[in-house]
Amino acid sequence: MLNAICELVRCFTGVQGHWIGADPKPVQRIYFANHTSHFDCMVLLSVLPRSIRKLVRPAGASDYWLKTPLRRWFSQEIVHFIPIERLKPTRNNNPIKTLANALDAGSSLILFPEGTRNDSDTLQTFKSGLYHLCKQRPQIELIPTYINNANRILPKGECIPVPVLCTVTFGEPLFFDAEESRDKFLERAEKALKRCAQNVVN
Amino acid sequence: MLLIKDPQLLILLAMIFGALMLATIITTVINCKTKDSSIFLTNLNARLRAWWVMVTIFAVAILAGGGTSIVLFAAISILALREFITIAPTQKADHHSLAWAFFVVLPLNYILLAVHWYGLFVIFVPVYAFLCMPICSAISGDSKNFLARTAEIQWGLMLCVYFISYAPAILSLDINGYENHAARLLCFLVFVVEISDVLQYVFGKSFGRHKIVPTISPNKTVEGFVGGILTTVVIGTCMWSFTPFSPWQAALMSLALSLFGFGGGIVMSAIKRDRGIKDYSALIPGHGGMLDRIDSLCFAAPLFFHLTRYFFAH
Repeated sequence: MLNAICELVRCFTGVQGHWIGADPKPVQRIYFANHTSHFDCMVLLSVLPRSIRKLVRPAGASDYWLKTPLRRWFSQEIVHFIPIERLKPTRNNNPIKTLANALDAGSSLILFPEGTRNDSDTLQTFKSGLYHLCKQRPQIELIPTYINNANRILPKGECIPVPVLCTVTFGEPLFFDAEESRDKFLERAEKALKRCAQNVVN
Repeated sequence: MLLIKDPQLLILLAMIFGALMLATIITTVINCKTKDSSIFLTNLNARLRAWWVMVTIFAVAILAGGGTSIVLFAAISILALREFITIAPTQKADHHSLAWAFFVVLPLNYILLAVHWYGLFVIFVPVYAFLCMPICSAISGDSKNFLARTAEIQWGLMLCVYFISYAPAILSLDINGYENHAARLLCFLVFVVEISDVLQYVFGKSFGRHKIVPTISPNKTVEGFVGGILTTVVIGTCMWSFTPFSPWQAALMSLALSLFGFGGGIVMSAIKRDRGIKDYSALIPGHGGMLDRIDSLCFAAPLFFHLTRYFFAH
């Protein structure tokens, strides 16, 4: 089902993946991407080869994705998302713990460290979750992933998607560095994503 | 079936495939002669493979008859408009206009063709889409670059939807003594325009010295232009027996199509230059995007339709 939907998304958006800094290998990774549209996750999944796609689970806000039956069906049955509690995090549903468990189970992750869909043209400051997760699982490869034009297919607040060509650019992998402060690490990750954005090829 | 009704159409299509076969043989010889594969040769091979696919799709659509050609051109329009909108910097406020363009204006344009409502077809995009789309964008309340944004959407609709749809519109013309043969005219139009493109490319690559507009297209040369267009006129004239034209009329038609096709090529190159891109997309291997392939057809199709309608249809 997911593969069929991804084929549809590929037809509709003509999306192309450009692996400029990393190779499409089925190894465990965290893909962290800019977030402007509901289409982000789908175009990213669509450009991944099937062997990688089946390993990947996107993280999404549980308050949003579990709200209506349609969203629940899509997030749980189709993309097998990892629900992130952002309103009332407790010891039991701590987002970092949930994500670390998913990594331990062998999944790769798609994270949007800007936190929510971004309406502006510039990248928002990253939330610190990415740092805390990497601190707990420092061996994981981080791939900066820049998604171009998905916001033009379906901007925040719209419900009819329009066909616009988009690209997904995968940059050079990053690793956690225990010496580095939280802010320095997040800054480095942001810069890596911005470098991808500059290297978008049409 | 059109196939049985019109054996001449079959001969015409066979000749087009013959030309493609000839090109394949020539390319194979070049491939065998040169040991190392250059970028040029890789591109040439990719181009040729794509031609086989495109000509086959076109031939199947023509032979299937009915509304198949209209459906094919509607699909071409969607792909072309998607490329055009991608490079046009529309804003979030244009989202509704774009949804209308893709899901209402484009299908309606082709439905009007399919139901032979010529009077409305000719004014639908240039008048009513022109009036309604800016209203839609204005209601969204963003005035930044408003004129440029609405102009870009209208340009996209005119080029990618309205002008290109004049090609299948030929099928609805009633020409004296040429009833039910309009499919041949559509083949003539597409073949002459595309062969003119190809021959200008071949002559340009072989003998090209003097660039016509170096600031816009480094590939267009005087030698390519003259050589390509003269050969096209000769080929077009030889095809007169498939058309309602006399030989000299076929020659003039071919000349007009080549000139407008050339014009379309440089206009679409100017847009690409301004945007800093080489191709509109990577949809067709070796050729670039759909718009890179149909740029000349967009400009030549309306001219061909109107000349034929004015002088030959009743």
